[in-house]
Amino acid sequence: MKRLGSRWPVLVLIAAFFVPALGSRYYTFLANDVVIWALFATSLNLLVGYTGLVSFGHAAYFGIGAYTTGLLMKKIGVPFLLAFPAAGLLAGLFALVFGFFCVRLTRIYFAMLTLAFAQIVWAICFKWNEVTGGEQGMPEIPYPDFAWLERVATAAPFLSYRTSEYFYFLTLLMVALCLWLLRRIVGSPFGRMLTTIRENPERAEFIGVNVRRYELGAFVIAGAFAGLAGGLFGIFNRGVFPDFAYWTKSSEVLIMTLLGGMGTFFGPALGALVLLWLNQQIVSYTQYWPLILGTILVVLLFVFPGGIAGAALGLWRRLSRRPASA
Amino acid sequence: MPDLSFAFAQSLSGLTAAMFLFLIAAGLSLIFGVLRVLNFAHGTFYMLGAYSAYQIVQWLGTGPITFWIAALGAATGVALLGGIVERFLFQRLYGKEELYQLLFTYALVLILSDVAKIIWGTQQKSVSRPPGLTGAVSVFGARIPDYNLFIILLGPAIALGFWYVLQRTRVGRFIRAAALDRETLGALGVNVKALYTGVFMLASFLGGLGGALISPMRAIVPGMDTEVIVEAFVVVVIGGLGSFWGTFLGALIYGQVLSFGILFFPRFSIFSIFALMAAVLIIRPWGLLGRPLK
Amino acid sequence: MLEVRELRKSFDGFQAVGGVSFSVPRGSVSAIIGPNGAGKTTLFNLITGHLRPDAGSVSFKGREVTGIAPHDLCRLGMGRSFQRTNIFPQLTVYENVQAAYVSHRGRGWSLFERVERLFREEAESVLASVGLLDKAGEIAGFLSHGNQKQLELGIALALEPEILLLDEPTAGMSAQETRESIQLIERIARERGLTLLFTEHDMEVVFAISQRITVLHQGRVIADGAPDDVRRHPEVRRVYLGERR
Repeated sequence: MKRLGSRWPVLVLIAAFFVPALGSRYYTFLANDVVIWALFATSLNLLVGYTGLVSFGHAAYFGIGAYTTGLLMKKIGVPFLLAFPAAGLLAGLFALVFGFFCVRLTRIYFAMLTLAFAQIVWAICFKWNEVTGGEQGMPEIPYPDFAWLERVATAAPFLSYRTSEYFYFLTLLMVALCLWLLRRIVGSPFGRMLTTIRENPERAEFIGVNVRRYELGAFVIAGAFAGLAGGLFGIFNRGVFPDFAYWTKSSEVLIMTLLGGMGTFFGPALGALVLLWLNQQIVSYTQYWPLILGTILVVLLFVFPGGIAGAALGLWRRLSRRPASA
Repeated sequence: MPDLSFAFAQSLSGLTAAMFLFLIAAGLSLIFGVLRVLNFAHGTFYMLGAYSAYQIVQWLGTGPITFWIAALGAATGVALLGGIVERFLFQRLYGKEELYQLLFTYALVLILSDVAKIIWGTQQKSVSRPPGLTGAVSVFGARIPDYNLFIILLGPAIALGFWYVLQRTRVGRFIRAAALDRETLGALGVNVKALYTGVFMLASFLGGLGGALISPMRAIVPGMDTEVIVEAFVVVVIGGLGSFWGTFLGALIYGQVLSFGILFFPRFSIFSIFALMAAVLIIRPWGLLGRPLK
Repeated sequence: MLEVRELRKSFDGFQAVGGVSFSVPRGSVSAIIGPNGAGKTTLFNLITGHLRPDAGSVSFKGREVTGIAPHDLCRLGMGRSFQRTNIFPQLTVYENVQAAYVSHRGRGWSLFERVERLFREEAESVLASVGLLDKAGEIAGFLSHGNQKQLELGIALALEPEILLLDEPTAGMSAQETRESIQLIERIARERGLTLLFTEHDMEVVFAISQRITVLHQGRVIADGAPDDVRRHPEVRRVYLGERR
């Protein structure tokens, strides 16, 4: 995988910190949304792009993470720094149990079972009124406690921001950390084993790879990071609702991953950016966003299966090859 | 302790729901068995069948056979749409990864359901029952509407007709052969592409018919497609992907579990459906009557 | 070293392998031959754990290994190449071989170290011995057929096997390529003290290097022994008459 200058992700991160300085709540809101979904989509790509496992139920872990953090912070008053990792932990645990059954199946049956488990999670969230708030969900999830930061800000006025903006910075840091971890995992021997499974599971078996066990490992890691994304989203969204786990959410994140490009690490994040930005733009003109999204998807599938990143890389390769052939 | 006629009435309502689901799921199962694709858009064809039936009734006004013309017309229209989609778009994806085919069917859901919104708006629509089936009868002490009874009888009739076509006609033999080994079939000189289009159209016809026939019983609203497709998935998984009688059996089981579930464990009814689906996939992935895929 | 006893396998009523027994001594070069459909690849699949036999047993280095999963068999020292080239198409040649080392040396579960330089010397040394070092950075899927077969061999060698099972290693090669390929295989086997078991269609190859030949026909063994004995065996001649390559 070619990297166009290995320092650019850090630059993007630094630039992202300046979004609130632009002054518009809208931009901060959008950026916050994009950053969280970028993590969600990248976690799915570990399964789809790197291991070759198509999951239709990834939103289950997103939902579990959101409910975990929401419940802990709202009903029990647990601080964010504990409630957030708890989201990843619980989501990972569920992924372990569900994944154990899923990886024993292949292809369409695997996809169907991931869907079934996600719908089970949704059904429980939808009906378990006492704990999850049922159909109404859990509104008014509190922000993490930023009192200490506000006190610092009285001394240093340039650090004075709204709570939602403090949360944005927090999200940026958490997601950057998670993406860094995921990047290490993908570039590790474990990640290499996953790609052998994607490329040729039969051959992978015959270089000693216990395919089922590795697939379960990927499933758990992907689920855990999706849970972390969910934990952040519950707070950002100011409420946790059952539809976080519904299958249409799984398809949204899958489309994002495809749009950005499953073949690169940052492709899905790019897909999140493009899709959410497009969504915001289009929704202000017409209510028929699904129609536009569907059309984009069709164009992608027929013309740019590698997504935006794939098309860009292909173009880069073709351009950089010309001088050599002279 | 609910008395027997009440239980019987519940069972009958479950049976009605099952027959509708059978119509829809049969098409889904057919497409999967032959084309090896899970067609997310099948629920949307069902919804379009319902809307089209409504539209035709609006055009033709009331009359003794309007409803039936509308139902058949809607189903045919949906079949034509399916044929066009398959022939000009879907066929190009056949060599590619399954994921692309699946996502394409999902894109169809997005596009077509918005098209339906554009044409018919978001207000719910309804169709009245056909004259002659507006009353109700008493069966073993339970009162059931004529129309429901008609559907309950229609289901097995269509199933038998289908079975006959698959087992006894030449076309049916080709379909079954294509489900087992498409390459050999092509090598034998059968126009496999045309067969695929035909199968897709037939399946869409069934889906559209299901939607048209359900229109007197349920409100026609946006979102009925995503709701029904998941139910159809459950039925097809329980019965066995690609198995015809499996779909019938799966629909029956689903209908009964749902109607009695709602009665006895209302909070768990949705959960139990998906738990059943997961259980089948874990214990016996190819369903009750399916065959293990290689 | 490898012993096969009364292996049987049927598919839907068709008996692909019907009671095959033979043994492969350590350090030898043995071949399994037979006309198309004789059951050679099925036999290989049974030995290497891709298929479960209906009956019979396989033992390797004295251990019962019937039906053991391929990934476990690998660790015991069995390496295998496939008839239809079976590599990792989107990875580079280097990465293909390196992956085998990473897995075999038990580093597959390492989550945080960088993988690029891991086992670099070992991988490059294997690539050199199969003649692919200059192509190390190329995408495996774009290699020529012959090179892919070399890569297959390289991957199998990276597993540091004690026995190498090669399924039709020269399939699809020209006469020249076949000769070079066989020389390479033989040399490597000698250098590393490997036991070799392979299937082949090319009789020249088989009779040139094998010390033992087992002949299969319709899922059964019809001859088993030294090349000269097999060459003169009446049933072998009958089966092969008209089937000369």
